[in-house]
Amino acid sequence: MDYANLLAWITSAVTFGTVIMLGSIGETINQKAGGLNLGTPGIMMLGGMASLTGAFLYETRAANPNAFMGVLISIVSTIVICGLAGFIYALLTVTLRANQNVTGLSLTILGTGAANFLGGSLMKLSGGVGQINVPITSRAIRASIPFLSEKLGFLSETIFKFGWFVYVTVILAITADLFLNKTSVGLNLRAVGENPATADAAGINVTRYKYLSFIAGGAIAGLGGMFYVMDYTKGTWANDSIIEALGWLAVALVIFTTWKPRNSIWGAYLFGLCYWLFLYVPSGINAVLLKLMKIDRSTYLQNLYQMIPYLVTVIVLIFVSKKKKRENQAPGALGVSYFREER
Amino acid sequence: MANKQPLIRITKNDNRPLWQAVIIRAIFIVLALVVSSAFIYSVTKLNPAQIFASMYKGAFGSARRTWITLRDAAFMLIVALALTPAFKMRFWNTGAEGQALIGGLAAGAWMIYFSGKIPTALLIVLMLVSAIAIGALWGFIPGYFKAKYETNETLFTLMMNYIAIQIVEYFVDIWDTKGSHSVGIINMESEIGWLPNLFNNQYVLIVIIALIIMIAIFVYLTFSKHGYEITVIGESVNTAKYAGINVPKVIMRTMALSGAICGIAGFVQVSGISHTVSKGIIGGRGFTSIIVAWLSKLNPFIMTVFSVFLVFLEKGATQIASDFNFNQYASSIVTGIMLLFILASEFFINYNVIFRKKEDR
Amino acid sequence: MENYAVELKNITKTFGPVVANKNACLNIRHHEILALLGENGSGKTTIMNMLAGIYYPDSGEIYVDGKLVSIKDPKDAFDLGIGMIHQHFKLIDVFTAVENIVLGLEDKEKKNIRYAEKKAREICDRYGFDLDLNMKVHEMNVSQKQTLEIVKTLYRGAEILILDEPTTVLTPQETEKLFNVLRNMREDGKAIVIITHKLHEVLEISDRVTILRKGETIGTVNTAETTAQQLTEMMVGEKIELNIQRDLVEHREKRLEVKNVTVINQEGKKVVNDVTFDLYSGEVLGIAGISGCGQKELLEAIMGLQKCEEGGSIIYNSTAHGVHQLVGLTTKEIIGFGLHLAFVPEDRLGMGLVGNMGMTDNVMLKRYRKGSGPFLHRQQPQATAAKIKDELDVKTPDLEYPVRKLSGGNVQKVLVGREINNKPTVLMTAYATRGLDINTSYAIYNLLNEQKKKGVAVIYVGEDLDVLLGLSDRILVLCEGRVNGILDGRTTTKDEVGLLMTHRKGA
Repeated sequence: MDYANLLAWITSAVTFGTVIMLGSIGETINQKAGGLNLGTPGIMMLGGMASLTGAFLYETRAANPNAFMGVLISIVSTIVICGLAGFIYALLTVTLRANQNVTGLSLTILGTGAANFLGGSLMKLSGGVGQINVPITSRAIRASIPFLSEKLGFLSETIFKFGWFVYVTVILAITADLFLNKTSVGLNLRAVGENPATADAAGINVTRYKYLSFIAGGAIAGLGGMFYVMDYTKGTWANDSIIEALGWLAVALVIFTTWKPRNSIWGAYLFGLCYWLFLYVPSGINAVLLKLMKIDRSTYLQNLYQMIPYLVTVIVLIFVSKKKKRENQAPGALGVSYFREER
Repeated sequence: MANKQPLIRITKNDNRPLWQAVIIRAIFIVLALVVSSAFIYSVTKLNPAQIFASMYKGAFGSARRTWITLRDAAFMLIVALALTPAFKMRFWNTGAEGQALIGGLAAGAWMIYFSGKIPTALLIVLMLVSAIAIGALWGFIPGYFKAKYETNETLFTLMMNYIAIQIVEYFVDIWDTKGSHSVGIINMESEIGWLPNLFNNQYVLIVIIALIIMIAIFVYLTFSKHGYEITVIGESVNTAKYAGINVPKVIMRTMALSGAICGIAGFVQVSGISHTVSKGIIGGRGFTSIIVAWLSKLNPFIMTVFSVFLVFLEKGATQIASDFNFNQYASSIVTGIMLLFILASEFFINYNVIFRKKEDR
Repeated sequence: MENYAVELKNITKTFGPVVANKNACLNIRHHEILALLGENGSGKTTIMNMLAGIYYPDSGEIYVDGKLVSIKDPKDAFDLGIGMIHQHFKLIDVFTAVENIVLGLEDKEKKNIRYAEKKAREICDRYGFDLDLNMKVHEMNVSQKQTLEIVKTLYRGAEILILDEPTTVLTPQETEKLFNVLRNMREDGKAIVIITHKLHEVLEISDRVTILRKGETIGTVNTAETTAQQLTEMMVGEKIELNIQRDLVEHREKRLEVKNVTVINQEGKKVVNDVTFDLYSGEVLGIAGISGCGQKELLEAIMGLQKCEEGGSIIYNSTAHGVHQLVGLTTKEIIGFGLHLAFVPEDRLGMGLVGNMGMTDNVMLKRYRKGSGPFLHRQQPQATAAKIKDELDVKTPDLEYPVRKLSGGNVQKVLVGREINNKPTVLMTAYATRGLDINTSYAIYNLLNEQKKKGVAVIYVGEDLDVLLGLSDRILVLCEGRVNGILDGRTTTKDEVGLLMTHRKGA
C-alpha cells in the first residue's frame, strides 16, 4: 500500500471514528449511570437530522447566513433534540420503570424513522424542491485548524489535517474520562450505576443523576450524527441509515473500551480503520483470498471486510467475560431499574 | 416546618383486575394515536377522521391488502414467538433480525442452486430444514458463550445481526447477475420453491404456519418439561441448579430453538413473501418483535393481537405517506410513538400513583 | 417536656397488605445507647429506615431536637445529623474506602478526597479504628467494611447513629471493640440506637431498651432495671419455655461419611477446609458457626452444588438405596438416583422455591422429570401439594397462587413440606427458622424432631445458640471453614460453643 492510500484510509477512518467516538462517549456516560441505551443509534440519526434541519432553516431563512451562527445553531439543535430523546429514555426507564432494552429499541425505531422521514420530506415541507444542502455550516465544521494544519510540515499532513471538530471530540473523550474518574460528580454518577441503593443511602439523588446522565449521554451521542452529516455527507442527507450502523458500532465500542472513554480515542479509530479496510486491502491479499474462496471479483470481499468490526467486538466481548477482571466489568447495576421502596 | 408527605407516592399493585389493565392500556393507545395524528396533521393537514380512514384503507382497504396485513402480522408473530422461550429464560435475544435473515439466506441458496434440479417438494423441505439449522446455529453461538462465560447476550446477539447482514450482502453480490446489487425475484416465472397457494390464496399457508407455531410454543412452555426448566431458570438460576437442572445445556438448547424458529420466519419470508434475498427482507421486524413479545408479557395469544395492531399502524401510515408523496418512514414514527406510549402504560398498570391529599399537612 | 434527640410518634408503614409498623413510638436521647429489641420481622429495621430516609411513613410524626421534621430521603437524614449503618453495607465494591466516604457529599471542602483522607485518618486515630483508606472495598473483610461504614457516618457529622444488627457478622473480639467505640461515642454526647435481637448484648451495652412486636411498640425499660426474662416476655408476648423436646433414638446407623472435603470459592479462598464428620440416622447434628464460615458451602457440596477438591469423599449409605460416593456426581444424578437427600436451603425463594410458581409447580421442582414423554405430569404433584397444604396448614388461596406472595412462614412450610414428603434418609436444613415467628419456628422444630424419630439423619444449621443447644444431639462447630470441634448437644454449654466458633484451635 502506498503512502497516499494509507493517508486516505486514515482520513476515512478518522471521520467515521469520530462519529463512533462521540456515540460511544455518550453511551458510556449512559451506561456508567446504569442505563444500557439501545436507542443510541436512533438518537444519533436524530442528531444528524436535527443539525441539518437547524442549519437548513437558518441558511435558507437568514438574509446573510454566517458560518459561526450556522455551526452554533446546528450544534444547539442537535443537543436540544437528542437531549430530549435522552429525557424520554430517562422518563420511561427511571420514572416509569420500563425495560431498558425495549425502550431503547423503540427509540431507535422512532429516531431512525423520524430522521429518514424528514430527510425525505424536509425540502417538500419547507416548500421547495431538490436536495437539502447546508454548504456554509458544513464547510465551517469541516474547516481545519489554521496554524496547525499548515505550518508543521509532516505533522500538518498527518495528525493535524482534519477538521477542528475531530480534535474537539478527542478533547471531549479525555474530558469525559477525567469527569468520570477524577471529579466528585463523576464518582457519584458511577456509584449510581454500580449500586443505586448505596448511592441513594449516601444522599445522592439517583433519579436526578440518571436523568442528567441520560440527557447528556443522548446529547453527546447526537453530536456524532451531526458530525457525520456535516463532514462525511457534506451537509446533505442520504436515507441509507449508515449513522445507525455506526451507532451500533458505538454501542459495541463501549464494551471494547471496557467502559473507559480514554480507550475510545484509539478504539474508535481502529473501528474506523476496520470499517474502511475493504477499500484499502492490498491487492495481493485480495488475490489470495479470491483464489481460496473461488470467487472472481474483489468487490465481493468488501462485504466480508465490513464484518470485521462486529467480529472484533464479539471477540472482545467473549474475552472480557472470560477474564472476569473486576476493573473491566460492566457497571454493577447496568440494565436494572431502581425503585427505593421495593422490598 | 410541617411534616409534609412527598407530593407523589408510588406503590406496587400486583393484583390489578384485568378490566382496569385493559382500560389503562386503551387510554394510552388513544393518547398515542392522538400524538401520531397530531404529527400527521402537522405534515399533511389531514383531520383525524381522514387520517384513520386513510389508515384503514391502507391496511384493510381491499381483500388483497387485508391479506398482506395478515401475512406481515403472521410473520411478525412468528419472530415474536421465536423470542418467547429465550425471553422467558431472561435471555435477551436481540438477534432475531440476524437469525431470521441468515435462515432466509439458506432458503434462498437452495432456490438459486437447485431449482428444477430436484423435485420441488424436496427443495422446499431442504429450504426449511437448512433455514432452521442455520438459524439455530446463529442462536446457539451466543447461547454457548452465555452458558460458558456469561458473555453479555444482548450485545452479542446484536452484533450477530450485523455479521448476518454482511454475509447476506456478500451472497447478494455473488448471486447478482446484472450488477444491480440485488438478486431480484427468484423463479419469478416458474415459482419453484415458493410456498404453495392454499384455498386459492397465496398467504393462507403463512397464517396457518404462524398459528401452528403459536400453539406449539404455548404448549411447549406451559406443559412440557423443557418449558418448566426454562421457567425455573428465568426465575432463578440458583433454584434451577438446586433442582438439578443443567443450566448451560438448557440455555444453549433454548437459544438454538429460538434461533431455529427465527430461521423458519426467514424461510417463510423468502419462500412465501418476498421471494428474494437482500439485507432488508426482515425489515427491522426482528427488533419490533422484541417489543411485541415483551409488551405481550410473553403470552402467545396477546402477541397475535399486538402483531396485527402494529402491522395495521405500519400499513396505515405507509398509505398516508404514499397518498401525500412522503417516504415510508412515516410508519416507523407512528410505530415508535405507539410503542413508547404502551411501554409507559405498563407503569400505570403495575403501580398505584398516590397524590398527596389536601388535608394532609 | 424533655427534649429528645429524636422522637417518633405513631408511625405507621405498610407495604401492600403487609403492615410493617403500626402506631409505633419511641424516643432517643443524647449521651445514651438505646437498644431496639424485637424478633425478626417486628419492624425494628423498617422504623429506623424511616428515620434514615430510606422509607417514608404512611402516617405519624418525627421530631428531631423537638422540631417536627419531614425526612424524605437519606440526604434529609444526613442534614439532621442522622446516620444509619445498615446490615447490608451500603458500599460500592469497586471504589476505595475514601471514595466511599466522600460519596454523595455536596460540601466543597468535605467532598475533597485529600481533605477527607486527612479527616478520616483523624477519626480512626481517635477511636482506634484500623482502616486502610485506599483499599478497595471488594478486598476488605466484613469487619473492615463495618469500620468503614462507621467512619463514613462520623465523617458526615452524624450525631444520631443507628446500627442495624451490627454484631451478627463479627467475632466476639470485634464485637467487644465495637462496643468500646460505641461507649466512647456515647461519652461524646452522641445518641446511639442499636438494633438487635440478642439479649446479652442488650444488657451489656444499652442504657434503655425499646421493645417492638409485630410493628408496635410494646414498651421501653431502663436496662439496669430489667432482666433477660422480662425482655424475652415483652419481645415474644407470652412466656415461652425455650424447651424443645429432644428424644434419644437408640438405634443409629451411619448415613453420611464426609471425609477431607474442601471447597474453593470463586475468589480462590478455601471456604470449606478439610472437613470430616459422620452423620447418623435418628440424630440431629447441629452446625454452629458465625455467618459465612462455610456452612452453606458444606451443605451445597453434599448436594453436588459445589465442586469438591481432589481427595474429598462423601459416602452416602442407606439401607434402601445402597452405598454411593457423592463426590463427582451432579445434582441431577444425586436427585435422579432416588437418593433421598433432602435440602432446605437458606435462600428459600432464591434457591429452594420458584417465587412466581404456585405450590403444585414448586412441589414438582425436583421431580418434574418423572413420567415418560416430553410433557409434565402434574396430577401427582398436585395431590402432594394439597396434602402438604392440609398437613402443615399452609395459608394460601389455592395451589396455583404464587408462593412469593405468601408470608415467610407459609413459604417455609411449602419448602420443608416438599423436602419431607420425599421421605428423606438425610435431611439438611440451613437457617430453617430465620425470619419466622415463634409459633412457626416451633412447628418446624417439631417437624425436624419427628423426622429424627422416624430414623432420618438431620443436619440443622442455625444461628441461635439456644435453639442449637436445645435441638441437637451433637453440635459440629465450624470456624473459618474448618471443623473446630464436635460436641455433645446435651452436655455442652453456650460458652463452649461460642468459644469454638470464634477461636480456631491451634491458630
